[in-house]
Amino acid sequence: MLTSLRRWLDERFGWADLTAPLREKTVPLHNLTYWYFLGGITLFLFAIQVCTGILLLLYYRPSANEAFESVQYIMTRVQFGWLVRSIHSWAANLMIFTAFCHMFSVLFLRSYRQPRELTWVTGVVLLFLAMGFGFSGYLLPWNTLAFFATKVGTEIPGQIPLIGRPVMIFLRGGEEVTGATLTRFFGFHVAVLPGITTLLILAHLALIQRLGMSVPPKVEAQWRANPAQAREMRFFPNFLLRELMAWYIALGALGALAALAPWGLGTKAEPFAPAPAGIRPEWYFLFMFQTLKLIPAKIGPLDGEIVGILIFGLAGFLWLLLPFFERGGRGRSQRWIFGAGVFALAYMASMTVYGYLAK
Amino acid sequence: MDTWRSKIRLCILLAVVSTAVVRAQTVNTCVDCHSALDAPFQVTQDQFSQDIHAQKGLTCASCHGGDPSKADDSAMSKAAGFRGHIARKDIPTLCGRCHSDAVYMRQYNPSLRTDQYSQYLTSVHGKLLTKGDYKVAVCTDCHSVHDIRPPRDSRSRVHPLNIAETCGHCHADAAYMKGYAIPTSQLASYNSSVHHEALVVRGDLSAPTCSTCHGNHGAAPPGVGTVQNVCSTCHVFQAQLFESSPHKAPFEAASLPGCVTCHSNHAIHHPSDAMLGTGPESICTNCHTEGDGGYKGALEIQHDLAGLANSLQGAVQILDRAESAGMEVSQARTEQEQARDSLTKARVTIHSFDPAKVSQDIQAGLKLAAQANQAGVAALKERGYRRKGLGLSLIAILAVVIGLRLYIRKIEGSAV
Repeated sequence: MLTSLRRWLDERFGWADLTAPLREKTVPLHNLTYWYFLGGITLFLFAIQVCTGILLLLYYRPSANEAFESVQYIMTRVQFGWLVRSIHSWAANLMIFTAFCHMFSVLFLRSYRQPRELTWVTGVVLLFLAMGFGFSGYLLPWNTLAFFATKVGTEIPGQIPLIGRPVMIFLRGGEEVTGATLTRFFGFHVAVLPGITTLLILAHLALIQRLGMSVPPKVEAQWRANPAQAREMRFFPNFLLRELMAWYIALGALGALAALAPWGLGTKAEPFAPAPAGIRPEWYFLFMFQTLKLIPAKIGPLDGEIVGILIFGLAGFLWLLLPFFERGGRGRSQRWIFGAGVFALAYMASMTVYGYLAK
Repeated sequence: MDTWRSKIRLCILLAVVSTAVVRAQTVNTCVDCHSALDAPFQVTQDQFSQDIHAQKGLTCASCHGGDPSKADDSAMSKAAGFRGHIARKDIPTLCGRCHSDAVYMRQYNPSLRTDQYSQYLTSVHGKLLTKGDYKVAVCTDCHSVHDIRPPRDSRSRVHPLNIAETCGHCHADAAYMKGYAIPTSQLASYNSSVHHEALVVRGDLSAPTCSTCHGNHGAAPPGVGTVQNVCSTCHVFQAQLFESSPHKAPFEAASLPGCVTCHSNHAIHHPSDAMLGTGPESICTNCHTEGDGGYKGALEIQHDLAGLANSLQGAVQILDRAESAGMEVSQARTEQEQARDSLTKARVTIHSFDPAKVSQDIQAGLKLAAQANQAGVAALKERGYRRKGLGLSLIAILAVVIGLRLYIRKIEGSAV
């Protein structure tokens, strides 16, 4: 049956030629091979996001009057609606977490080095887009926490000199966070961001397919010294089956989180009510939020918050271009990049923990 | 060129002259000397600048007469109309001179009332002052002097948050109040009351303070027959129900002061269901005895209230459990809150002293509490169902993972 289907496809589309690269693709086999699974798990979680997102779209209504009630309806009345929404929310958070892990693994294994600079660039942009998904999706249930977090979150870019205010008005669809903001964020979340993300994922995958998996420099040196030690496994089916195992485990974790800790809904947003205490963004923005809270109001003649935003903007831009700062061989530039990675990881982790512990 | 120079000279001259004129208009030499004097003659510039009258352009001379533009003794000469120290007995008349003049006051604050003086004359303070008792409160005792702030200013002694302390300054002073034959425990009682808690702890500036019930300028204790009129300005429904209740006539006959009979006056505490019934905290048993209709009714109402309170507590507990397990119960929470509203309504309906009327609210509440409880039970059942489903799913996933592992071993084994 499968053979005849393959033959049918082959006669019409040249299936064998199309899938030849997959059959020929290999994955280096060494004691750090398991880090290669992180990208695949992130991709799997993105696919889960797409599927559950489409299911949520069947019932969700993107207006200030109906958004909260429609999510409440999904959580209480729709068959398995609670499961779909909880998986969507948990998978979003896990996806950003695995994307961060993937990025730092690539950094510390130096997989970004020539000729894979563009793979790094597309990957970092994809992480930024994933955070954009998180930010835009957070508002959609139109609950109190999301409303005020979005208010604070959209105020931050509003501080940027010259372009800040137009950017804030563009994001909000007006001066304040209103139903117009919700509709706008919904548009970003289900149309703009998925479109750009899909194109970039294709580019990212094409680059990986074209350039192959990177071998960590230490392992590469050992293999060069002793070519007999070099080992690899076939991508299909060996690596893919292992990846499938990881996906199943991720699915189990998602199911467990959704069943044991369903994603809460909170209370409906009241734009005229005072902001509740302890408003903070999702965990992946917390290190920035906490930093901006700690920065003094004035740094010299400049506004502290503006300085903070500009520093984060510059850091993000430099992070995107990180591979281009590395010179060939083992030099100072590599140590600088490694040090920057360790510092960034430690800073983000400690500020996030501090953000949760701080009152 | 000469024309330009002469124009510039003219401008400089005009500027100097106009500055001198403005200075002459606003100069107030009184404070220059009085800021250097000791109390009670001391009035500093800082103090006087906080005064609403000073801010509106009035000077010391507006009350005390004299000529504040003079820097020597002639400023306080009789010829300049200097009145000097204002005697306590004359203070209300002096303040009333402007504050009773609607036309004059309109230019400063068109919405400010101008009946303070006439009201004061009807107050216990005003009446006693007229009779020659100068210990009683006059305007400056409450509003302060030389740094009089508007009541909306939280530093004002007549700001809602400060009124009780201002009244208590005299009324809580047993030595000062000796001879008036009224208690001095009002401030302590009020500070323990639910009204004080609402005003000071919760910051609800609409909560009652002394002047809300006694009046401010026309301050007097409400009469026995009119207490419910005072309470009903806020507690409208309770008063309406009481008016048509079987308690109305006997309370009047026995000269019992309505609301105060059960709730006290200054020490009004959180009412509790224990005030009903026949237990040790019951108020009903102050009048009713075993066997009479009121005794039976009190028991019945307390029993009904306790039933709804218990039912509501059960619903809250089960919904708390469901919510802490991550279940979405916000709709059931709405029913729970509606049941709580019914309980509150029943506690208001008590003032009809009609068990049948109270029972109507109780039944409505019980129905809602039962619905909330049912939703909680269903949520916990659903949680169990989800956990079973999770268990089965995890077993299936584990089986697939093991199958994949075995398959990988098989194909890699055969490849070797």
